[in-house]
Amino acid sequence: MTTAILKRGSLAPALLGLGTLLTVIGLVEMLIRVGVINRYIVPLPSQIVMSFGRLVTEEDIFGRFRLTFFEALSAGALIAVVGVSIGILLYRVNVLRLACETWIAALASAPTVLMYPLFLVIFGRSAATIIMMGFVAGLPPVILKTLEGLSQTRRVLINVGRSFKLGPMQMFIKILFPAALPTIFVGLRLGLIFTLINVVGIEFLIQFGGLGQLINDLSERYDLPGTYGAICFVILVSVLFFIAMERVERWLRPAE
Amino acid sequence: MAVATTRPADVVPATAPAFLVVDDVVKQFATPDGTITAVDHVSFTVTPGEFLSVIGPSGCGKSTLFNIIGGLIDGYDGNITVAGERVAGPHASIGMVFQEESTFPWRTVIENVAFPLEIAGVKKAKRIERARHFIALVGLTGFENRYPTELSGGMRQRVAIARTLASEPKILLMDEPFASLDEQTRLLLGDKVLQIQQELQQTTLLITHNITEAVQLSDRILVMTYRPGRVKRIVEIDLPRPRSSDIVSSEAFGRYVAQIWSDLREEASRGMHEAEALALKAGEHG
Repeated sequence: MTTAILKRGSLAPALLGLGTLLTVIGLVEMLIRVGVINRYIVPLPSQIVMSFGRLVTEEDIFGRFRLTFFEALSAGALIAVVGVSIGILLYRVNVLRLACETWIAALASAPTVLMYPLFLVIFGRSAATIIMMGFVAGLPPVILKTLEGLSQTRRVLINVGRSFKLGPMQMFIKILFPAALPTIFVGLRLGLIFTLINVVGIEFLIQFGGLGQLINDLSERYDLPGTYGAICFVILVSVLFFIAMERVERWLRPAE
Repeated sequence: MAVATTRPADVVPATAPAFLVVDDVVKQFATPDGTITAVDHVSFTVTPGEFLSVIGPSGCGKSTLFNIIGGLIDGYDGNITVAGERVAGPHASIGMVFQEESTFPWRTVIENVAFPLEIAGVKKAKRIERARHFIALVGLTGFENRYPTELSGGMRQRVAIARTLASEPKILLMDEPFASLDEQTRLLLGDKVLQIQQELQQTTLLITHNITEAVQLSDRILVMTYRPGRVKRIVEIDLPRPRSSDIVSSEAFGRYVAQIWSDLREEASRGMHEAEALALKAGEHG
Protein backbone atom coordinates (compact mmCIF):
# COMPACT_ATOMS: atom_id res chain seq x y z
CA MET A 1 0.00 0.00 0.00
CA THR A 2 2.86 2.34 0.91
CA THR A 3 4.46 1.62 -2.45
CA ALA A 4 1.21 2.41 -4.20
CA ILE A 5 0.91 5.68 -2.31
CA LEU A 6 4.51 6.61 -3.09
CA LYS A 7 3.92 5.72 -6.73
CA ARG A 8 1.02 8.14 -6.84
CA GLY A 9 3.50 10.77 -5.77
CA SER A 10 1.94 11.96 -2.54
CA LEU A 11 1.62 10.82 1.05
CA ALA A 12 -0.85 13.59 1.77
CA PRO A 13 -4.10 11.55 1.49
CA ALA A 14 -2.74 8.80 3.77
CA LEU A 15 -1.45 11.32 6.29
CA LEU A 16 -4.72 13.23 6.20
CA GLY A 17 -6.69 10.01 6.78
CA LEU A 18 -4.46 8.97 9.68
CA GLY A 19 -4.51 12.48 11.12
CA THR A 20 -8.32 12.60 10.98
CA LEU A 21 -8.59 9.22 12.73
CA LEU A 22 -6.17 10.26 15.49
CA THR A 23 -7.98 13.59 15.91
CA VAL A 24 -11.36 11.85 16.31
CA ILE A 25 -9.87 9.38 18.80
CA GLY A 26 -8.28 12.27 20.72
CA LEU A 27 -11.58 14.16 20.68
CA VAL A 28 -13.50 11.13 22.03
CA GLU A 29 -10.83 10.67 24.75
CA MET A 30 -11.24 14.31 25.73
CA LEU A 31 -15.07 14.22 25.72
CA ILE A 32 -15.04 11.12 27.93
CA ARG A 33 -12.51 12.65 30.35
CA VAL A 34 -14.53 15.87 30.74
CA GLY A 35 -17.71 13.79 31.24
CA VAL A 36 -19.63 14.69 28.07
CA ILE A 37 -19.65 10.97 27.13
CA ASN A 38 -20.39 8.48 29.87
CA ARG A 39 -17.26 6.34 30.45
CA TYR A 40 -19.44 3.42 31.61
CA ILE A 41 -20.91 3.22 28.09
CA VAL A 42 -17.87 4.15 25.99
CA PRO A 43 -14.44 3.29 27.39
CA LEU A 44 -11.48 5.62 27.00
CA PRO A 45 -9.63 5.00 23.72
CA SER A 46 -6.40 4.85 25.73
CA GLN A 47 -7.91 2.01 27.82
CA ILE A 48 -8.87 0.19 24.62
CA VAL A 49 -5.26 0.43 23.38
CA MET A 50 -4.02 -0.80 26.77
CA SER A 51 -6.36 -3.81 26.52
CA PHE A 52 -4.58 -5.12 23.41
CA GLY A 53 -1.78 -6.68 25.46
CA ARG A 54 -4.30 -8.48 27.67
CA LEU A 55 -6.26 -9.68 24.63
CA VAL A 56 -3.08 -11.20 23.20
CA THR A 57 -1.84 -12.89 26.38
CA GLU A 58 -5.12 -13.94 28.02
CA GLU A 59 -7.71 -14.25 25.25
CA ASP A 60 -5.70 -15.77 22.38
CA ILE A 61 -6.83 -12.93 20.12
CA PHE A 62 -4.57 -14.00 17.23
CA GLY A 63 -5.97 -17.55 17.24
CA ARG A 64 -9.51 -16.16 17.22
CA PHE A 65 -8.52 -13.62 14.57
CA ARG A 66 -7.20 -16.46 12.39
CA LEU A 67 -10.44 -18.43 12.81
CA THR A 68 -12.69 -15.49 11.94
CA PHE A 69 -10.39 -14.62 9.03
CA PHE A 70 -10.50 -18.22 7.78
CA GLU A 71 -14.31 -18.37 8.05
CA ALA A 72 -14.74 -15.02 6.29
CA LEU A 73 -12.20 -16.01 3.61
CA SER A 74 -13.96 -19.34 2.98
CA ALA A 75 -17.37 -17.70 2.76
CA GLY A 76 -15.86 -14.94 0.58
CA ALA A 77 -14.33 -17.46 -1.83
CA LEU A 78 -17.67 -19.27 -2.00
CA ILE A 79 -19.68 -16.13 -2.77
CA ALA A 80 -17.14 -15.18 -5.46
CA VAL A 81 -17.18 -18.57 -7.21
CA VAL A 82 -20.87 -19.41 -6.78
CA GLY A 83 -22.21 -15.85 -7.05
CA VAL A 84 -20.34 -15.00 -10.25
CA SER A 85 -21.27 -18.39 -11.77
CA ILE A 86 -24.97 -17.94 -10.99
CA GLY A 87 -24.82 -14.36 -12.30
CA ILE A 88 -23.36 -15.63 -15.58
CA LEU A 89 -25.98 -18.37 -15.78
CA LEU A 90 -28.82 -15.89 -15.28
CA TYR A 91 -27.31 -13.64 -17.95
CA ARG A 92 -27.13 -16.49 -20.44
CA VAL A 93 -30.57 -18.00 -19.71
CA ASN A 94 -33.11 -15.21 -19.89
CA VAL A 95 -36.06 -17.26 -18.68
CA LEU A 96 -34.09 -18.15 -15.56
CA ARG A 97 -33.27 -14.49 -15.03
CA LEU A 98 -36.92 -13.47 -15.36
CA ALA A 99 -37.90 -16.20 -12.93
CA CYS A 100 -35.24 -15.58 -10.27
CA GLU A 101 -34.00 -11.98 -10.32
CA THR A 102 -36.76 -10.55 -8.12
CA TRP A 103 -36.41 -13.38 -5.62
CA ILE A 104 -32.67 -12.88 -5.36
CA ALA A 105 -33.16 -9.12 -4.90
CA ALA A 106 -35.64 -9.89 -2.11
CA LEU A 107 -33.17 -12.31 -0.53
CA ALA A 108 -30.52 -9.56 -0.55
CA SER A 109 -32.58 -7.49 1.87
CA ALA A 110 -33.91 -10.41 3.95
CA PRO A 111 -32.52 -10.89 7.49
CA THR A 112 -31.06 -14.32 6.72
CA VAL A 113 -29.21 -14.26 10.04
CA LEU A 114 -32.51 -15.36 11.63
CA MET A 115 -32.19 -18.68 9.82
CA TYR A 116 -29.23 -19.71 12.00
CA PRO A 117 -31.18 -22.39 13.94
CA LEU A 118 -31.87 -24.17 10.67
CA PHE A 119 -28.18 -24.06 9.75
CA LEU A 120 -27.28 -25.31 13.23
CA VAL A 121 -29.50 -28.34 12.61
CA ILE A 122 -27.94 -28.99 9.22
CA PHE A 123 -24.24 -28.27 9.92
CA GLY A 124 -24.05 -28.53 13.72
CA ARG A 125 -22.36 -26.02 16.06
CA SER A 126 -19.28 -25.66 13.89
CA ALA A 127 -17.34 -23.39 11.57
CA ALA A 128 -19.36 -24.87 8.69
CA THR A 129 -22.54 -23.22 10.01
CA ILE A 130 -20.77 -19.86 10.29
CA ILE A 131 -19.27 -20.14 6.80
CA MET A 132 -22.60 -21.15 5.24
CA MET A 133 -24.46 -18.31 6.99
CA GLY A 134 -21.84 -15.87 5.73
CA PHE A 135 -22.14 -17.39 2.28
CA VAL A 136 -25.94 -17.10 2.13
CA ALA A 137 -25.85 -13.49 3.33
CA GLY A 138 -23.16 -12.39 0.87
CA LEU A 139 -24.38 -14.26 -2.19
CA PRO A 140 -27.27 -12.08 -3.53
CA PRO A 141 -25.29 -8.87 -4.18
CA VAL A 142 -22.62 -10.81 -6.07
CA ILE A 143 -25.23 -12.49 -8.29
CA LEU A 144 -27.12 -9.26 -8.91
CA LYS A 145 -24.02 -7.18 -9.65
CA THR A 146 -22.56 -9.85 -11.94
CA LEU A 147 -25.83 -9.88 -13.85
CA GLU A 148 -25.90 -6.08 -13.96
CA GLY A 149 -22.28 -5.82 -15.13
CA LEU A 150 -22.77 -8.31 -17.94
CA SER A 151 -26.10 -6.79 -19.03
CA GLN A 152 -24.71 -3.27 -19.08
CA THR A 153 -21.71 -4.04 -21.27
CA ARG A 154 -21.74 -1.28 -23.86
CA ARG A 155 -23.37 -2.41 -27.10
CA VAL A 156 -20.53 -0.98 -29.17
CA LEU A 157 -17.96 -3.27 -27.45
CA ILE A 158 -20.11 -6.29 -28.28
CA ASN A 159 -20.40 -5.03 -31.86
CA VAL A 160 -16.59 -4.74 -32.05
CA GLY A 161 -16.42 -8.39 -31.00
CA ARG A 162 -19.05 -9.36 -33.54
CA SER A 163 -17.23 -7.46 -36.29
CA PHE A 164 -14.12 -9.54 -35.50
CA LYS A 165 -16.27 -12.68 -35.66
CA LEU A 166 -15.74 -13.73 -32.04
CA GLY A 167 -17.38 -16.97 -30.95
CA PRO A 168 -19.64 -17.00 -27.87
CA MET A 169 -16.85 -18.17 -25.53
CA GLN A 170 -14.35 -15.66 -26.95
CA MET A 171 -16.97 -12.92 -26.64
CA PHE A 172 -17.44 -13.80 -22.99
CA ILE A 173 -13.78 -14.14 -22.05
CA LYS A 174 -12.40 -11.27 -24.13
CA ILE A 175 -15.17 -8.68 -23.86
CA LEU A 176 -18.17 -9.35 -21.61
CA PHE A 177 -16.32 -10.50 -18.50
CA PRO A 178 -13.58 -7.83 -18.50
CA ALA A 179 -16.20 -5.14 -19.20
CA ALA A 180 -18.32 -6.38 -16.29
CA LEU A 181 -15.44 -6.74 -13.82
CA PRO A 182 -15.73 -3.30 -12.13
CA THR A 183 -19.42 -3.93 -11.40
CA ILE A 184 -18.70 -7.50 -10.29
CA PHE A 185 -16.17 -6.13 -7.80
CA VAL A 186 -18.79 -3.73 -6.43
CA GLY A 187 -20.93 -6.82 -5.79
CA LEU A 188 -18.03 -8.66 -4.19
CA ARG A 189 -17.33 -5.75 -1.86
CA LEU A 190 -20.98 -5.57 -0.84
CA GLY A 191 -21.13 -9.33 -0.47
CA LEU A 192 -18.03 -9.39 1.72
CA ILE A 193 -19.53 -6.74 4.01
CA PHE A 194 -22.65 -8.90 4.52
CA THR A 195 -20.51 -12.01 4.88
CA LEU A 196 -18.25 -10.53 7.54
CA ILE A 197 -21.18 -9.10 9.52
CA ASN A 198 -22.85 -12.50 9.48
CA VAL A 199 -19.70 -14.46 10.31
CA VAL A 200 -19.00 -12.35 13.40
CA GLY A 201 -22.72 -12.17 14.24
CA ILE A 202 -23.19 -15.94 14.13
CA GLU A 203 -19.99 -16.51 16.13
CA PHE A 204 -21.54 -14.16 18.68
CA LEU A 205 -24.93 -15.92 18.60
CA ILE A 206 -23.83 -19.55 18.68
CA GLN A 207 -20.82 -18.94 20.91
CA PHE A 208 -18.43 -20.73 18.64
CA GLY A 209 -14.80 -19.63 18.38
CA GLY A 210 -13.53 -16.51 16.64
CA LEU A 211 -13.79 -12.83 17.44
CA GLY A 212 -17.61 -12.85 17.69
CA GLN A 213 -17.54 -15.25 20.61
CA LEU A 214 -14.79 -13.23 22.30
CA ILE A 215 -16.80 -10.01 21.95
CA ASN A 216 -19.77 -11.79 23.55
CA ASP A 217 -17.61 -13.16 26.39
CA LEU A 218 -15.98 -9.81 27.13
CA SER A 219 -19.26 -7.91 27.06
CA GLU A 220 -20.82 -10.51 29.42
CA ARG A 221 -17.90 -9.79 31.77
CA TYR A 222 -18.52 -6.02 31.40
CA ASP A 223 -14.98 -5.68 30.08
CA LEU A 224 -15.73 -2.68 27.88
CA PRO A 225 -12.13 -1.83 26.83
CA GLY A 226 -11.58 -5.51 25.90
CA THR A 227 -14.88 -5.62 23.95
CA TYR A 228 -13.95 -2.55 21.94
CA GLY A 229 -10.41 -3.88 21.52
CA ALA A 230 -11.80 -7.10 20.02
CA ILE A 231 -14.04 -5.01 17.74
CA CYS A 232 -10.86 -3.29 16.50
CA PHE A 233 -9.61 -6.71 15.38
CA VAL A 234 -12.90 -7.30 13.48
CA ILE A 235 -12.26 -4.00 11.74
CA LEU A 236 -8.73 -5.23 10.99
CA VAL A 237 -10.19 -8.33 9.26
CA SER A 238 -12.40 -6.05 7.19
CA VAL A 239 -9.49 -3.77 6.28
CA LEU A 240 -7.32 -6.74 5.23
CA PHE A 241 -10.12 -8.06 3.03
CA PHE A 242 -10.61 -4.75 1.33
CA ILE A 243 -6.89 -4.25 0.71
CA ALA A 244 -6.71 -7.76 -0.77
CA MET A 245 -9.76 -7.05 -2.90
CA GLU A 246 -8.25 -3.81 -4.17
CA ARG A 247 -5.01 -5.62 -5.06
CA VAL A 248 -6.87 -8.31 -7.00
CA GLU A 249 -8.94 -5.71 -8.84
CA ARG A 250 -5.85 -3.70 -9.76
CA TRP A 251 -4.19 -6.85 -10.99
CA LEU A 252 -7.19 -7.76 -13.13
CA ARG A 253 -7.99 -4.20 -14.25
CA PRO A 254 -4.75 -2.17 -14.05
CA ALA A 255 -6.35 0.72 -15.95
CA GLU A 256 -8.98 1.39 -13.29
CA MET B 1 -9.71 23.35 -59.91
CA ALA B 2 -12.23 20.86 -61.18
CA VAL B 3 -15.93 21.48 -61.34
CA ALA B 4 -18.41 19.30 -59.52
CA THR B 5 -19.89 16.52 -61.59
CA THR B 6 -22.94 14.57 -60.57
CA ARG B 7 -24.74 11.51 -61.79
CA PRO B 8 -28.22 10.16 -61.20
CA ALA B 9 -28.22 7.76 -58.29
CA ASP B 10 -28.73 4.53 -60.18
CA VAL B 11 -25.71 4.83 -62.47
CA VAL B 12 -22.81 2.62 -61.41
CA PRO B 13 -19.24 3.62 -62.43
CA ALA B 14 -17.91 1.36 -65.12
CA THR B 15 -14.25 2.32 -64.91
CA ALA B 16 -13.15 -0.33 -62.37
CA PRO B 17 -14.62 -3.64 -61.23
CA ALA B 18 -16.77 -3.17 -58.17
CA PHE B 19 -15.39 -4.64 -54.98
CA LEU B 20 -18.36 -3.94 -52.75
CA VAL B 21 -21.77 -4.14 -54.37
CA VAL B 22 -24.86 -2.97 -52.53
CA ASP B 23 -27.76 -4.01 -54.69
CA ASP B 24 -31.35 -2.87 -54.10
CA VAL B 25 -31.15 -3.13 -50.32
CA VAL B 26 -34.35 -2.53 -48.35
CA LYS B 27 -34.59 -2.64 -44.57
CA GLN B 28 -37.82 -2.23 -42.65
CA PHE B 29 -38.40 -2.14 -38.90
CA ALA B 30 -41.63 -3.02 -37.16
CA THR B 31 -42.57 -0.39 -34.55
CA PRO B 32 -45.69 0.10 -32.39
CA ASP B 33 -46.70 2.85 -34.85
CA GLY B 34 -46.34 0.58 -37.87
CA THR B 35 -43.58 -0.45 -40.22
CA ILE B 36 -40.77 2.04 -40.84
CA THR B 37 -38.65 1.76 -43.96
CA ALA B 38 -35.15 2.79 -42.88
CA VAL B 39 -33.35 1.94 -46.12
CA ASP B 40 -35.29 1.94 -49.36
CA HIS B 41 -33.92 0.30 -52.53
CA VAL B 42 -30.36 1.52 -52.03
CA SER B 43 -27.81 0.49 -54.64
CA PHE B 44 -24.21 1.54 -55.12
CA THR B 45 -20.76 0.09 -55.62
CA VAL B 46 -17.29 0.73 -54.26
CA THR B 47 -14.22 0.03 -56.38
CA PRO B 48 -10.84 -1.11 -54.98
CA GLY B 49 -8.87 1.74 -53.41
CA GLU B 50 -11.84 4.08 -53.59
CA PHE B 51 -13.00 6.35 -50.75
CA LEU B 52 -16.78 6.61 -50.81
CA SER B 53 -18.79 8.61 -48.30
CA VAL B 54 -22.47 8.19 -47.56
CA ILE B 55 -23.98 11.44 -46.32
CA GLY B 56 -27.48 12.26 -45.20
CA PRO B 57 -29.50 13.96 -42.48
CA SER B 58 -30.06 12.34 -39.10
CA GLY B 59 -32.61 9.57 -39.39
CA CYS B 60 -31.93 8.77 -43.04
CA GLY B 61 -30.80 5.21 -42.28
CA LYS B 62 -27.04 5.76 -42.60
CA SER B 63 -26.20 3.78 -39.49
CA THR B 64 -28.67 1.05 -40.46
CA LEU B 65 -26.86 0.80 -43.78
CA PHE B 66 -23.51 0.65 -41.92
CA ASN B 67 -24.77 -2.21 -39.75
CA ILE B 68 -26.25 -4.08 -42.71
CA ILE B 69 -23.01 -3.85 -44.73
CA GLY B 70 -21.00 -4.81 -41.66
CA GLY B 71 -23.20 -7.84 -41.16
CA LEU B 72 -24.49 -6.74 -37.75
CA ILE B 73 -28.11 -6.54 -38.94
CA ASP B 74 -29.73 -9.29 -40.93
CA GLY B 75 -33.21 -9.68 -42.28
CA TYR B 76 -32.96 -7.22 -45.14
CA ASP B 77 -34.05 -7.46 -48.76
CA GLY B 78 -31.57 -7.11 -51.59
CA ASN B 79 -28.02 -8.27 -51.91
CA ILE B 80 -24.59 -7.18 -50.66
CA THR B 81 -21.41 -8.77 -52.00
CA VAL B 82 -17.73 -8.28 -51.26
CA ALA B 83 -15.45 -9.53 -54.03
CA GLY B 84 -18.41 -11.53 -55.31
CA GLU B 85 -19.10 -13.18 -51.96
CA ARG B 86 -22.49 -12.50 -50.36
CA VAL B 87 -22.35 -10.75 -47.01
CA ALA B 88 -24.28 -12.75 -44.43
CA GLY B 89 -23.11 -11.75 -40.98
CA PRO B 90 -19.76 -10.12 -40.14
CA HIS B 91 -17.30 -10.62 -42.98
CA ALA B 92 -13.54 -11.02 -42.68
CA SER B 93 -13.02 -8.60 -45.56
CA ILE B 94 -14.85 -5.78 -43.80
CA GLY B 95 -13.30 -3.88 -40.90
CA MET B 96 -15.62 -1.66 -38.89
CA VAL B 97 -14.88 1.56 -37.00
CA PHE B 98 -17.75 2.70 -34.84
CA GLN B 99 -19.11 6.13 -33.97
CA GLU B 100 -19.05 5.54 -30.23
CA GLU B 101 -15.86 5.17 -28.23
CA SER B 102 -15.03 1.51 -28.77
CA THR B 103 -11.55 0.88 -27.37
CA PHE B 104 -11.33 -1.70 -24.60
CA PRO B 105 -10.57 0.28 -21.43
CA TRP B 106 -8.95 -2.74 -19.74
CA ARG B 107 -6.34 -3.10 -22.50
CA THR B 108 -3.37 -0.88 -23.30
CA VAL B 109 -3.08 0.75 -26.71
CA ILE B 110 -0.88 -2.04 -28.04
CA GLU B 111 -3.14 -4.73 -26.58
CA ASN B 112 -6.14 -3.03 -28.17
CA VAL B 113 -4.49 -2.85 -31.58
CA ALA B 114 -3.22 -6.44 -31.34
CA PHE B 115 -6.71 -7.69 -30.42
CA PRO B 116 -7.80 -8.96 -33.88
CA LEU B 117 -4.41 -10.66 -34.30
CA GLU B 118 -4.81 -12.33 -30.91
CA ILE B 119 -8.23 -13.60 -31.99
CA ALA B 120 -6.69 -14.86 -35.23
CA GLY B 121 -4.14 -16.84 -33.20
CA VAL B 122 -1.08 -14.88 -34.36
CA LYS B 123 1.97 -15.54 -32.12
CA LYS B 124 2.62 -12.87 -29.50
CA ALA B 125 5.92 -11.56 -30.88
CA LYS B 126 4.48 -11.28 -34.36
CA ARG B 127 1.28 -9.59 -33.27
CA ILE B 128 3.16 -7.06 -31.14
CA GLU B 129 5.34 -6.23 -34.14
CA ARG B 130 2.28 -5.83 -36.39
CA ALA B 131 0.47 -3.78 -33.76
CA ARG B 132 3.46 -1.43 -33.47
CA HIS B 133 3.34 -0.90 -37.23
CA PHE B 134 -0.31 0.17 -37.16
CA ILE B 135 0.20 2.30 -34.04
CA ALA B 136 2.93 4.13 -35.93
CA LEU B 137 0.64 4.46 -38.92
CA VAL B 138 -1.96 6.35 -36.87
CA GLY B 139 0.76 8.44 -35.23
CA LEU B 140 0.58 7.03 -31.70
CA THR B 141 4.13 5.78 -31.29
CA GLY B 142 5.16 6.26 -27.67
CA PHE B 143 1.65 5.61 -26.36
CA GLU B 144 1.78 1.79 -26.73
CA ASN B 145 1.54 1.09 -23.01
CA ARG B 146 -1.02 3.74 -22.13
CA TYR B 147 -4.61 2.88 -21.33
CA PRO B 148 -7.46 4.49 -23.29
CA THR B 149 -8.50 6.49 -20.20
CA GLU B 150 -5.13 8.27 -20.44
CA LEU B 151 -5.77 9.38 -24.04
CA SER B 152 -7.87 12.11 -25.65
CA GLY B 153 -11.01 11.30 -27.66
CA GLY B 154 -9.16 11.76 -30.94
CA MET B 155 -6.33 9.46 -29.85
CA ARG B 156 -8.81 6.80 -28.74
CA GLN B 157 -10.50 6.95 -32.12
CA ARG B 158 -7.09 6.50 -33.78
CA VAL B 159 -6.53 3.43 -31.61
CA ALA B 160 -9.88 2.07 -32.82
CA ILE B 161 -8.88 2.74 -36.44
CA ALA B 162 -5.47 1.07 -35.92
CA ARG B 163 -7.18 -1.95 -34.32
CA THR B 164 -9.46 -2.32 -37.31
CA LEU B 165 -6.59 -1.85 -39.76
CA ALA B 166 -4.60 -4.53 -37.91
CA SER B 167 -7.15 -7.08 -39.08
CA GLU B 168 -6.13 -6.03 -42.61
CA PRO B 169 -9.65 -5.64 -43.96
CA LYS B 170 -10.22 -5.26 -47.67
CA ILE B 171 -12.81 -2.58 -46.92
CA LEU B 172 -12.64 -0.12 -44.06
CA LEU B 173 -16.19 0.73 -43.01
CA MET B 174 -16.46 3.77 -40.72
CA ASP B 175 -19.60 5.14 -39.08
CA GLU B 176 -19.11 8.83 -38.21
CA PRO B 177 -15.82 8.05 -36.45
CA PHE B 178 -15.13 11.72 -35.68
CA ALA B 179 -18.66 12.69 -34.63
CA SER B 180 -17.77 13.25 -31.00
CA LEU B 181 -14.63 15.30 -31.73
CA ASP B 182 -14.16 19.05 -32.06
CA GLU B 183 -13.78 20.60 -35.51
CA GLN B 184 -10.00 21.12 -35.38
CA THR B 185 -9.33 17.56 -34.23
CA ARG B 186 -11.76 16.33 -36.85
CA LEU B 187 -9.84 18.10 -39.64
CA LEU B 188 -6.48 16.85 -38.38
CA LEU B 189 -7.78 13.30 -38.06
CA GLY B 190 -9.15 13.66 -41.57
CA ASP B 191 -5.57 14.33 -42.69
CA LYS B 192 -4.45 11.20 -40.88
CA VAL B 193 -7.18 9.08 -42.49
CA LEU B 194 -6.24 10.46 -45.92
CA GLN B 195 -2.58 9.64 -45.30
CA ILE B 196 -3.43 6.09 -44.21
CA GLN B 197 -5.80 5.58 -47.10
CA GLN B 198 -3.17 6.72 -49.58
CA GLU B 199 -0.43 4.64 -47.95
CA LEU B 200 -2.44 1.43 -47.82
CA GLN B 201 -4.62 2.11 -50.87
CA GLN B 202 -7.38 1.17 -48.46
CA THR B 203 -10.86 0.86 -49.90
CA THR B 204 -12.99 2.91 -47.52
CA LEU B 205 -16.68 3.51 -46.97
CA LEU B 206 -17.42 6.39 -44.62
CA ILE B 207 -20.83 7.09 -43.14
CA THR B 208 -21.11 10.72 -42.08
CA HIS B 209 -23.41 13.72 -41.73
CA ASN B 210 -20.51 16.16 -41.99
CA ILE B 211 -20.25 17.71 -45.47
CA THR B 212 -16.74 19.15 -44.98
CA GLU B 213 -15.42 15.82 -43.81
CA ALA B 214 -17.03 13.99 -46.72
CA VAL B 215 -15.63 16.39 -49.35
CA GLN B 216 -12.17 16.47 -47.71
CA LEU B 217 -11.83 12.69 -47.77
CA SER B 218 -13.88 11.22 -50.59
CA ASP B 219 -13.61 10.26 -54.22
CA ARG B 220 -17.38 10.05 -54.39
CA ILE B 221 -20.19 11.11 -52.10
CA LEU B 222 -23.52 9.36 -51.99
CA VAL B 223 -26.25 11.74 -50.78
CA MET B 224 -29.23 10.09 -49.07
CA THR B 225 -32.76 11.34 -48.59
CA TYR B 226 -34.47 11.69 -45.23
CA ARG B 227 -36.63 8.73 -44.21
CA PRO B 228 -37.06 6.47 -46.05
CA GLY B 229 -33.35 6.51 -46.89
CA ARG B 230 -32.88 6.46 -50.63
CA VAL B 231 -29.92 7.44 -52.79
CA LYS B 232 -30.63 10.99 -53.93
CA ARG B 233 -27.45 11.67 -55.86
CA ILE B 234 -23.86 10.54 -56.22
CA VAL B 235 -21.33 13.37 -56.43
CA GLU B 236 -17.83 12.78 -57.78
CA ILE B 237 -15.20 14.82 -55.96
CA ASP B 238 -12.61 15.77 -58.48
CA LEU B 239 -10.08 17.35 -56.16
CA PRO B 240 -6.38 16.59 -56.53
CA ARG B 241 -4.71 13.95 -54.35
CA PRO B 242 -2.81 13.75 -52.11
CA ARG B 243 -5.08 16.01 -50.14
CA SER B 244 -4.78 17.62 -46.75
CA SER B 245 -7.00 19.76 -44.57
CA ASP B 246 -5.61 22.82 -46.40
CA ILE B 247 -7.96 21.96 -49.23
CA VAL B 248 -10.95 23.18 -47.21
CA SER B 249 -9.99 26.77 -48.05
CA SER B 250 -10.02 26.20 -51.83
CA GLU B 251 -12.73 27.57 -54.10
CA ALA B 252 -13.56 24.17 -55.59
CA PHE B 253 -13.97 22.70 -52.13
CA GLY B 254 -16.47 25.43 -51.30
CA ARG B 255 -18.42 24.69 -54.49
CA TYR B 256 -18.68 20.99 -53.59
CA VAL B 257 -19.83 21.83 -50.08
CA ALA B 258 -22.44 24.26 -51.41
CA GLN B 259 -23.67 21.75 -53.97
CA ILE B 260 -24.04 18.94 -51.44
CA TRP B 261 -25.67 21.25 -48.93
CA SER B 262 -28.24 22.30 -51.54
CA ASP B 263 -29.07 18.58 -51.95
CA LEU B 264 -29.13 17.99 -48.22
CA ARG B 265 -30.94 21.13 -47.08
CA GLU B 266 -34.33 19.99 -48.31
CA GLU B 267 -33.87 16.57 -46.65
CA ALA B 268 -32.52 18.00 -43.41
CA SER B 269 -35.36 20.51 -43.07
CA ARG B 270 -37.90 17.77 -43.81
CA GLY B 271 -36.32 15.69 -41.07
CA MET B 272 -36.39 18.63 -38.68
CA HIS B 273 -40.07 19.38 -39.38
CA GLU B 274 -41.02 15.74 -38.89
CA ALA B 275 -39.11 15.63 -35.59
CA GLU B 276 -40.87 18.81 -34.43
CA ALA B 277 -44.27 17.42 -35.45
CA LEU B 278 -43.54 14.24 -33.52
CA ALA B 279 -42.49 16.24 -30.45
CA LEU B 280 -45.71 18.29 -30.64
CA LYS B 281 -47.78 15.12 -30.99
CA ALA B 282 -46.01 13.56 -28.03
CA GLY B 283 -46.64 16.76 -26.02
CA GLU B 284 -50.36 16.70 -26.85
CA HIS B 285 -50.63 13.10 -25.71
CA GLY B 286 -48.50 13.78 -22.67
